[in-house]
Amino acid sequence: MRPQLERSRTWAAAAAGMGAALLTAACGSGSSGSGNQASAPGVTATSVTIGSTQPLTGPAAAGYSEIAPASNAYFKYVNAHGGVFGRSINYIYLDDGYNPTNTATQTRKLVLQDHVFAMYSALGTPTHLAVVQYLNSEKIPDLFVASGCNCWNNVTQYPQTFGWQPDYTVEGKILGQYVAQHFPGKKVGFFAQGPNDEFGTDGVVGATDTLQGGAVNLVTTPQYYTPTAAGAMAVGTAIAKLQAQGVQVIVSFSIPSFTAVAEASAAKLNYHPTFVVSNVGTDPPTLISILTSGALGAKLPAALIAGTITDTYLPAQTDATNPWISLFKGIKATYAPSLPWDGNVLYGFAAAFTFVQALKAAGQNPTRAGIISAIENGHWTDGPGLSPYGYSSSNHLGLTGVQIVTIGADGTETTTGPVQITDDTATGPITTYSGTPSVPPANGIPSD
Amino acid sequence: MSSTLVRHGLFFVIIAALLAVLTGLVFDAYTNYNVAGIAIFAISAAGLTVLTGVNGQVSLGHGALMMIGAYTTSVLLQWHPDLPMLLALLASIATTGVAGAIIGIAGARLRGPYLAGATLALALALPQVPTHFASLFGGNQGIIVPAPAAPGVLGAGFPPDQWLAWVCLAAALVTLFLLANLVRGGTGRRLRMVRDNEVAARLAGVDVARTQVLAFVISAVCAGLAGSLFAYWVGITSPAGFTLNLSLSLLTAIVIGGLGSLLGAVLGAVVLVYLPVWTGGLASSLNLASNVANNVPLAVYGVVLIAAILVFPRGIAGGIASARQALTKTVGSRRRASTLPGAPAP
Repeated sequence: MRPQLERSRTWAAAAAGMGAALLTAACGSGSSGSGNQASAPGVTATSVTIGSTQPLTGPAAAGYSEIAPASNAYFKYVNAHGGVFGRSINYIYLDDGYNPTNTATQTRKLVLQDHVFAMYSALGTPTHLAVVQYLNSEKIPDLFVASGCNCWNNVTQYPQTFGWQPDYTVEGKILGQYVAQHFPGKKVGFFAQGPNDEFGTDGVVGATDTLQGGAVNLVTTPQYYTPTAAGAMAVGTAIAKLQAQGVQVIVSFSIPSFTAVAEASAAKLNYHPTFVVSNVGTDPPTLISILTSGALGAKLPAALIAGTITDTYLPAQTDATNPWISLFKGIKATYAPSLPWDGNVLYGFAAAFTFVQALKAAGQNPTRAGIISAIENGHWTDGPGLSPYGYSSSNHLGLTGVQIVTIGADGTETTTGPVQITDDTATGPITTYSGTPSVPPANGIPSD
Repeated sequence: MSSTLVRHGLFFVIIAALLAVLTGLVFDAYTNYNVAGIAIFAISAAGLTVLTGVNGQVSLGHGALMMIGAYTTSVLLQWHPDLPMLLALLASIATTGVAGAIIGIAGARLRGPYLAGATLALALALPQVPTHFASLFGGNQGIIVPAPAAPGVLGAGFPPDQWLAWVCLAAALVTLFLLANLVRGGTGRRLRMVRDNEVAARLAGVDVARTQVLAFVISAVCAGLAGSLFAYWVGITSPAGFTLNLSLSLLTAIVIGGLGSLLGAVLGAVVLVYLPVWTGGLASSLNLASNVANNVPLAVYGVVLIAAILVFPRGIAGGIASARQALTKTVGSRRRASTLPGAPAP
C-alpha cells in the first residue's frame, strides 16, 4: 500500500497496525474483516479513503476549521472500535481557504492522486459549486456537503450530491415566521452574503416568503457583503444603511466572522437592533472568541451577542443532559483533546455519525453506486438531528427542520418552541415535528 | 537571426516530444493536471518577466490581466458552449492585448513605484467588476467552465487531464519560443536599452514610450492566453480566483526563478504550483496541532521566499548560471563562461 502523505498519516499508521489485530480477532462491534474486498476506488480490504475541502485558513476559518478535525476524531473513535466492517476510515481534508479556485485544484488532488472513494462534508456554497459538476461527471459520491444551499438537491443534474443540514430556504422560512409572529409592527431588514451567493440569496428568499405575509414592515432590499477581507471593511457601511432605514430587526445570513463584524459595527454606531441569524453564522463560542480576541481591531465584550436569535437542527451544544452531546463530548475528550467544544465541533461529529450510518448501510463491500442507493433508500430517522432526513431517490435534502434558539450573554443557547419542519418551496407549510428524539446506540457507533 | 530561429525551433521540438511522452506514458492524472498548471503559470510569468525583467516595468496587476483573459473565455463559453477552444484562446488574447495597450499607454507615463501603484490598483479594483455586473459575469459565484473535450480523433476515452496538459504545454512552448526569439532580437535589445537607460535609448533613436507600450502588450497577450487556459484548468472563473495574491505570486515566481530569464519564469511556475503540493504533505506528516498545521504551508512559503532570495539573489536561473560559471572556472576551461542572456547585472 502506498503511504499516504496526508494529515491523517499518524493515525492511519496506528490504524494500519491495529488492522492486523482486527483480521485475526473478532472486533468490538461484532463485524470482522474476512470477506472484505477492494470493492471500489478508495476501498481496500482494510480501509476506506474519503476526502474533503475545508477552509482551514482564510476568512471562513474562524470556527469552520474545527469541523473536519471533529469529524476525524469521530472516525478515529470508530476505527479504534473495529471500524466499519473491519475497515478503518481514512479521512483526508485539504485547505481551500474558502477560495473556489483552490477548491477546484484541491478536489482534483483528492480525486486524481488520493483516489478517494467519496467526498464527504466538503464545506461552503461558493467553494463547492466550483467542483460539483466535476465530481458528478467523475461519478464520485459527493456526500453531506457542509452548506445549506438547496442547489445540492438536484437529483437529475447532480445525482451523486447530497446535502446534510437543513437548506437555507427552510431555515429562512422558519426564522421569518418566528420574526413575523414575535416582532409585529417592527421594521425588518436583511444582511446577507451575496448578492450572487446562494447562501445569502436562498435564505433571503425563504425568509421573505414568510415575512411578507406577516404584520411586519419589511425592507425587501438586502444589504449584501462579500466574504473577503475587503468585504469585511464594507460591513460598517451596510449596517449604517440599515440603521438609517430605521430597521429594528436584522435578519442575517452570514458566516461567523461576518456576524461578529456586523454585531460589532452596530454597537459602534450605538445601534441596537435584534439580530436574527441563520445557524451557520451564530456558534456562540466562535463569535465570542472572534469578538474578545481583538481580531476586529479591539477586544470587544462577549455580551454583544446577547439576545441574538438563531435556530438549530442539532441538540443545543450546551445541553449537557442530552445523550448525543455527552457521547460526542466524551469522544472529543479522548480523540481530539485540543479542540474546543462548540457548535462547529458538534456539527463535525454529527455529520461523521451520518457518514458512518451511510457507509454501514452500503454493506460489507461498498461501491460508489451502492452508497448512493443506500442513502436514497435509508429513510433514517435515527441520529443526532432534531428532525428526520429527507433523503429519497427524488430528494437529496438532508435534515428537514429546525428549532428556534436564543443566545444569552454568556453564550448559552436556549431552545424555544417545537422542532418545525418544512420544504424549500414558497408555499410549503411549516409543521410541527412530533417524533420522539432518538438516542445514540450504546457504543456510540451506528448499528449494522 | 535565422540560425537562432532554427536552434530555438529544434530545441522546442525536442522538448515538445519529450513532454508528450512524459504526459502520455509516464505521469499519472494528477501530475498531468499539475503540469498543465505549470504551463499556464509559465506563460503568464514569461510575459511578466519580459515586462519587468527585460523592460524594467514593474506590474503588480498581472493577475488582473489573467482575469480579463479568463472572463473572456468564460463569458464566450456561457453564450456558446460549443465554442472551439482555439477561438476562445484567440479571443482572450485579443481582449487582454487591447487592455494591455490601454494600461501600457497610461503606464508609459509612470515610473517605478507609481507604475507599481497603478497596476496594484488594477489588481484590487478589477475583481470588483464581476460583482457589479453580475448578470454578465456571474457575480461572486462566478461562471462554471466545462472541461475541454479532447478531439474525436484521439478516441472517446482519451483522458481529459492529458488533453488539457497537452494544450497548455503546446501553448507554453509556442509562447516561450516566440518570446525567446523576441528577447534575443532587435526588439529585445530595445526593451533592455529602455530598461537600462532611457536617455541613452532615446539618443540612439529608440521610441521609449512606444517600446514600453509594446512590452505591456506582449506581456498582456501572454497573461490573456494564460488566463483563458486557467479558466479551463480550474473549471470556475470567479473573482476569488484573481486576488492580489495571484499577481504577487506571479511576481514572486519570476523573482525566485530569475528576473528577466525565460527559464527562470518556467522554474518559478514550477515552484508556484508544486510548493503548495509539497508543503501540504509536509504539514500533515508532522504531528502538529491543527491550528499550527493549517498555517504551516503559508509559513514554509515565506521561509522559501526568504531563503531563495538569500541563496540565489539572481533567482534559481541566476544560481544555475553562477554555478556553471564557477564550474567552468575550476575546470580551467578557457571558454568564456556565459551568463544567461537577459539577466540584469547583479
